[in-house]
Amino acid sequence: MTFIEFLKTYGPQLANGSVTTVMQTLLAAGLAILIALIAGLMRLSHSRLIYGAATVYIEVFRGTSLLVQLYWIFFVLPLFGLSLEKFTAGFIAVGMNLGAYGAELVRGGILSVPKGQWEAATALSMSPAKMMRRIIFPQAFLNMLPPWGNLLIELLKGTALVALISVADLMFVARKINGVTYLSAQAFGTALIIYYLMSRGLITPFMRWLEGVMTRKLGKA
Amino acid sequence: MRPPTGDYPLRLEDEHIPMVRFQNVTKRYGDLVVLDSLDLDVEEGEMVTIIGPSGSGKTTVLRMLMALEMIDDGVIYLEGEPMTHMVKNGTLIRADKKYLRRQRLNIGMCFQHFNLFPHMTALENCIEAPIQVLGLSKTEAVERARDLLDMVGLLEKSDEHPSRLSGGQKQRVAIARSLAMRPKVMLFDEVTSALDPEVIGEVTQVIRKLVDKHNLTMLMVTHQMGFAREISDRVCFFYDGKIEEQGAPEQLFENPERERTQQFLSAVLEAT
Ligand SMILES: Nc1ncnc2c1ncn2[C@@H]1O[C@H](COP(=O)(O)OP(=O)(O)O)[C@@H](O)[C@H]1O
Ligand SMILES: [Mg+2]
Repeated sequence: MTFIEFLKTYGPQLANGSVTTVMQTLLAAGLAILIALIAGLMRLSHSRLIYGAATVYIEVFRGTSLLVQLYWIFFVLPLFGLSLEKFTAGFIAVGMNLGAYGAELVRGGILSVPKGQWEAATALSMSPAKMMRRIIFPQAFLNMLPPWGNLLIELLKGTALVALISVADLMFVARKINGVTYLSAQAFGTALIIYYLMSRGLITPFMRWLEGVMTRKLGKA
Repeated sequence: MRPPTGDYPLRLEDEHIPMVRFQNVTKRYGDLVVLDSLDLDVEEGEMVTIIGPSGSGKTTVLRMLMALEMIDDGVIYLEGEPMTHMVKNGTLIRADKKYLRRQRLNIGMCFQHFNLFPHMTALENCIEAPIQVLGLSKTEAVERARDLLDMVGLLEKSDEHPSRLSGGQKQRVAIARSLAMRPKVMLFDEVTSALDPEVIGEVTQVIRKLVDKHNLTMLMVTHQMGFAREISDRVCFFYDGKIEEQGAPEQLFENPERERTQQFLSAVLEAT
């Protein structure tokens, strides 16, 4: 079977799988960003309880494997009465894991804003919430964008693991085709190319674009 | 901060109340005593300049008054009310964040490195706190900001971001930004030290204008002795966290009594 024939036959399945991968990526990214913001801000709290809670979360999710976390969420939580659909379990696991890494980016980004900015806002009597939202975060956001680009690519790659709980993503489809046809090179080769195109063709340019927009907005260009 | 040791009034009730009073203020960083039982009054409308060698605690005086950090002992009063502390159950306790935010409204501060918000235009820098903190409408805030930008001679730069402004222009925007809050006391910490010599004049010009036209109380740290002499009502020479000598500018610059003042002044004069 030529590669063209392969694509004609299995293209639609691979396309469906790709759509699922994109969905998983988007949902996991949304969750990761939300968690990163909350946990990152908690890590800056003066309250030991709040700081401690975020630290434990980050340690657990960074210190153990994503696959094990995925299995926990899908296979173990039901034993405690919390059953999630495989699709939901998939993006939640990926989002929670990458959110823990993102939290450190948020914290680092916020701390990278010069002390003078905090002091100027304090001298203007701004409340902590307004200071964060209007002065500190917009500047931190720009500093954070390059590492977030890398993190989102890690996240996309991480979603391949959801195939192991039978979410029909790109990896799952590639494995299925391989199991039926033994055309390993074509199946996994195509998956490889699609993953590469998604990260370098979509995520990287999108992050560059966003950086450009923010840089202009912050008046640095 | 412990409750202040010693006797401090809950509020100043003398017939004459200074705009600012440092009473026995001590600030330490670890073992280093940066302000050593400092007593200093600044009267309403007075321009007091602080001079002294690097590391003598000049910046710290301003930072403590703005409550950017907490003092270790003593009390600072603003218009007779405690600034660093508040009254609860008939005693002075450490001021909480909300109380400090309210008290800081009375004070404006300009920094050596401007600290303008880089993601906002000159105008946006000036309307941000009036809208967000004072609750002014956008129209009111813009009107106020434009008046002030006009006063510092930068109305035509309203829509520029700080990255497009020169140092002197940035500092003038920073002054306008502080004034937009209508403070009673203005603090200037070496506002010309980071500037190229040729633009220092445009900033001192603005400060001169404030002295002439407004009844602001001002505390200024500077290395520009000529400017200090011309503009101050009183000059304080700091040494090692204490006021070594203070007086009217003519007296302090022409007939300094203390040896350290003489040494400092002759060293500074030699350098320029
Ligand atoms: N955050 C800080 N931590 C430790 N030491 C500090 C801190 N801020 C200032 N100091 C020290 O306090 C002393 C006085 O500083 P400062 O008030 O900035 O002096 P000046 O403005 O007169 O040059 C200096 O010795 C300085 O190193
Ligand atoms: Mg200083």
